[in-house]
Amino acid sequence: MLEVKDLHAYYGKSHILQGVDMNIQAGEVVSLLGRNGVGRSTTVKAIMGEVTPHGTVRFKGKDIAGLPSYKIAHLGLGYVPEHRDIFPGLTVRQNLLLGIKNPRKPGRWKLDDMLEMFPNLARRADTAAGVLSGGEKQMLTTCRTLMGDPELIMIDEPTEGLAPIIVQQVGDLIARIAAAGVAILLVEQKLSIALRISHRLYVMGHGQIVFEGTPDELKANEAVRKDWLEV
Amino acid sequence: MLELIVISTLNGVLFGMLLFLLSSGLTVIFSMMGVLNFAHASFYMLGAFFGYQLTRWIGFWPALILAPLLVGAVGMVVERYGLRQTHKHGHVAELLLTFGLAFAIEQVVQMIWGKLPMDYRVPALLDFPAFTIFSTNYPAYKMFMLLVSVTIFIALLVVLKRTRIGLIVQAALTHPSMVAHLGHNVGRVFMLVFGVGTALAAVAGVIAGPALVTQSDMAALLGPILFVVIVVGGLGSLPGAFFASLLIGLVQTFAVSMNGSLASLFGPLDPGIGPSLLTDVWNVTIAQIAPILPYVLLVLVLIVRPMGLMGTRET
Repeated sequence: MLEVKDLHAYYGKSHILQGVDMNIQAGEVVSLLGRNGVGRSTTVKAIMGEVTPHGTVRFKGKDIAGLPSYKIAHLGLGYVPEHRDIFPGLTVRQNLLLGIKNPRKPGRWKLDDMLEMFPNLARRADTAAGVLSGGEKQMLTTCRTLMGDPELIMIDEPTEGLAPIIVQQVGDLIARIAAAGVAILLVEQKLSIALRISHRLYVMGHGQIVFEGTPDELKANEAVRKDWLEV
Repeated sequence: MLELIVISTLNGVLFGMLLFLLSSGLTVIFSMMGVLNFAHASFYMLGAFFGYQLTRWIGFWPALILAPLLVGAVGMVVERYGLRQTHKHGHVAELLLTFGLAFAIEQVVQMIWGKLPMDYRVPALLDFPAFTIFSTNYPAYKMFMLLVSVTIFIALLVVLKRTRIGLIVQAALTHPSMVAHLGHNVGRVFMLVFGVGTALAAVAGVIAGPALVTQSDMAALLGPILFVVIVVGGLGSLPGAFFASLLIGLVQTFAVSMNGSLASLFGPLDPGIGPSLLTDVWNVTIAQIAPILPYVLLVLVLIVRPMGLMGTRET
C-alpha cells in the first residue's frame, strides 16, 4: 500500500534521510522506532510532503513524492503530527468536523461514534480545544484525522509526555483503529506499545533503516536493541 | 456641547466602521500569510476609482456590487501569481512585492484618472438629510455608509463562525500545514481570503469615495492609519481590529472637532497669555494635533503592550 524507496531529505545542508526503504501493506500495523534525531519524524514528513522528498514514495501504486499535502490526504493517507496540532480557538466538535474532507461523502467514522468512544471529548464537545489536557489533545487529533476516513494513518509520537495510564488509553485507541482495518504507521520511542500492537517493526539509525522484523525477532535481537534503541 | 458629542460619536463610529472594513481584511491576511500587505489601502483606492468610473457608466448601485468584485478578482490574481510565487523566497520578498504594488497602483491610477479629485457624488436617491439633531442636518448617505459597514461586519462574523469555510479559515490562521494535512486546499483558501479581503477594502472605497475625496493620494493618506489600527488591536486579531478601528475612529473625530488648547485648561491662569518661550506650544489646539494622535497611540501601545490590545503574539 505504501512503498518508500531510497528516500532522502535535507534540512538546509544537513542530510537527514539517507536512503530510507520501507513498505506497509493494507491493514498492517507497522512501527518506526529509533532514538531522537535519527529521522523518524522527518520520514513521515517527507512522505506527507511537508519536507521535500527525494526518492520514491508510492501510495496505492501512485507516485506521491512532492504532491501537495492536501492531495496526498485525499488519496487516503492520514497524518497525526507529533505536536498534536489541534486548532485551539475552535471547539472540540469543530475540530472533529474539520477532519471531514468532503461533507457529501461521509466516511466510516462518524462524529457521534467518536464522542461516544471518548466520553472526555463528549463532555467538552463545545468548549475550546485549547484547554484540553495532553492526552485529550492526542485523542482529539487522532480522531480528527480518522474523520477523514484514511486507509493508512501515520501517527507521530502519540505517547510523548503522557502519564502511563493515558499511554495505555492511546494504545487502546490505536488497537481499535487497527481492528477497523486501517493500516497504521506508528512512530514511537517507547517499545512497550510498539511491541504489543505491531505486526512488523522498523528501527532507524542515522537516517537509514537498520532493522526490519516482527516483534518477536526484535525481542530476540539484543544487539539491535542495545545499539539503536536503548539509551 | 451635547450636539457636538452626538454628531462626533456618529461620525467617529462611521469612520471606525470604514476602518474596520479595511483592517479586517488586512489583519486576516496577515495572520494567514504572515505578511503585512502594504498595498491594502491601494485596493481601497482602486475600489473608489472603479466605483466612480462604473457609476458614470452604469450608475451607483450596480457599481457598488461590481467594483468590489472586480477589485477582489485583481486581489486573487495578485495572490495567485504574485505572492504565491514570491512566498518561497521568504517574507521580505513578499513584503517588497506588496510595497512595489502600492506604488504601481498609485501610478496607474494617476495615469488613467490624473491627480485631481474626481467628481464622485452621493447618489441622488440618498442626497437628503436623514434627520436633524439640534441644528445639524445629518446626511442620509452617512447613515447608508454605516448600514453597509455594519451589515458586512455581521455577514463576516456569521460566515467565519457558522460556516465550514469559515472554520477552515480560522484553523488556517494558526495551523495552515495541519489544515492541509486534513485534506483542505490551503492555497485556494488563501487566494479566497485575499480576494475577499481586497473586495472588502474596495467596498469601503466605493462608499467612502463620494463622502471623502476620491483622489490618487487617498491610499497614501489612509494606509498608515490602517497599520496603526491592526497593531493597536493586535496583529491577526479580528475583534482587536474591530475595537481598534472604533477607538481610532472616535479619537480622531473627537480630536478634530475640539477647539481647546492646553492653555485653555488653565482658565484664567492661562500660561499662553503672557509672552513666554512656550507660548506656541500652549496654544496648539487639540484639532491641530489630531492627525498625530493615532501614531502617539501606536507608540504607547507598543511600549506598554507590544502584542496589541487583543493580540496573542508579539509584533
